[in-house]
Amino acid sequence: MLIRILPPHALRESDVTPETLYLSRRRVLGGLGLGAAALALPGLATAKASAPALAALNVAAHRDQAGGEKVTDFETVSTYNNYYEFGSDKDDPARNAGSLKTRPWTVVVDGECEAPGRADIDTLIAGRLEERIYRHRCVEAWSIVVPWVGLPLGDFLKRYKPTSKARYVAFETLYDPKQMPDTRYGVLDWPYVEGLRIDEAMHPLTMLTVGMYGRVLPNQNGAPLRLTVPWKYGFKSIKSIVRIRFVEKQPPTTWNRMAASEYGFYSNVNPNVDHPRWSQAKERRLGELFKRDTLMFNGYPEVASLYAGMDLKQNY
Amino acid sequence: MPAPGPTVRLWGWRLAAWALGLAPLLWLAVRVLQSRLGANPVEFLEHYAGDWSLRLLLATLAMTPLRRISGWSEPVRVRRALGLWAFFWICLHFAIYLTFDLEGSPAALADDLVKRSYIAIGFAAWLLLVPLAITSTQAWQRRLKRRWAQLHRLIYAAALLGVVHYLWLVKADRREPLLYLALLLVLLGWRLPWRGILRGHSPPRRTP
Repeated sequence: MLIRILPPHALRESDVTPETLYLSRRRVLGGLGLGAAALALPGLATAKASAPALAALNVAAHRDQAGGEKVTDFETVSTYNNYYEFGSDKDDPARNAGSLKTRPWTVVVDGECEAPGRADIDTLIAGRLEERIYRHRCVEAWSIVVPWVGLPLGDFLKRYKPTSKARYVAFETLYDPKQMPDTRYGVLDWPYVEGLRIDEAMHPLTMLTVGMYGRVLPNQNGAPLRLTVPWKYGFKSIKSIVRIRFVEKQPPTTWNRMAASEYGFYSNVNPNVDHPRWSQAKERRLGELFKRDTLMFNGYPEVASLYAGMDLKQNY
Repeated sequence: MPAPGPTVRLWGWRLAAWALGLAPLLWLAVRVLQSRLGANPVEFLEHYAGDWSLRLLLATLAMTPLRRISGWSEPVRVRRALGLWAFFWICLHFAIYLTFDLEGSPAALADDLVKRSYIAIGFAAWLLLVPLAITSTQAWQRRLKRRWAQLHRLIYAAALLGVVHYLWLVKADRREPLLYLALLLVLLGWRLPWRGILRGHSPPRRTP
């Protein structure tokens, strides 16, 4: 039996989403028949008529992996986003991502593996989910602390039996100009693609994320399925994934293709290696006025062994 | 009915120039009072002040062409007000950066100026405008005579540096800074002595 224990951050009045936002979510969720599911959860939807209509998730375990740091409020995390398919201003995705249809949604897993296949989002959500509080550091020198909900990516990938040729994993975001209005402008090369080395993908910190703050992901945060790689700059944590491929060679990644000298394949958080145009030594935690020091690997030293013997200035 | 007299018209222009400088400040005050500065208030303020710096610089630079094209004298008489408002917004932009990004540390500023070209360029733009703000009075104009006009051509360089500063810091979506650049190039290009250039003559002198 699952005992649902709400973490202290799940249900604060101050977390209530602005009306315009929840209305756009209502539209989406209503169309999906998820509204009923959300309303069936007492305490979430009935606490206040205007509470966000995002479906709550069953979470089997909670783990704070941000050293007890204060969790950033939901409103901030869901209104300050980099999701260029919905506009390049930080508040654009929250306003525009209502057009993203997150059901039905399957992710194709193929490439160098013995059991290629596809996974349905609802099957994933029905499986064992855990909550992990991680620091999230953007390459633009701002950061947040987020309670993500999902499963270890490695556990998911193993189901498809990668072969010894699977040295990297390539990820792809949905590309549909009808749902993603800003892909009409050639700001980036779409679809958005990202990649990890297989050992990075299998690392226990790497999450396949389906929710945050105890609920499914808002569209602007990468619904219905995204990566969370907490020791790398945020753009590595690709959103709205439709395809995962095991590959032998290092796959291309969107920001690297855009400006190779500024965004490397690894893009590990590193206060000692500056972005060519700005410093990475400090960051602004959203909600704070002054900057704080950025931590090596974003404060996850357990990943250092993945890069033993590598020159991190060369492999930025 | 007779057309409004020259004084009435001049006051209209003055009012418009002050409104252009003040309205963004009032709007900002409203947003501060309603705490509607978004998830990253420091970044919001920095960008807001930077945007209005560029817009007002462009407005200032538009006044001379406007006078030449329209034949009205008023645009040039509100040019100083617009220029000083632009300088005000640039100072605010710089002050926010100094206070919240650098915590007032001169060492951090020196480090940024050496390592980051877009900061050095923005700083240079501000620096160029300081003597223009100081000598913007009529007393200085009389004292410097012809050299006043020469000195105040520095605004061309400052505006160009300002737009490059913006263009250089954007990650990928360059539509907005490119729009500013296009407007600036039109305003500066208009000042080139095209007749002389086309005939191969040496360019005549013009005031800014």
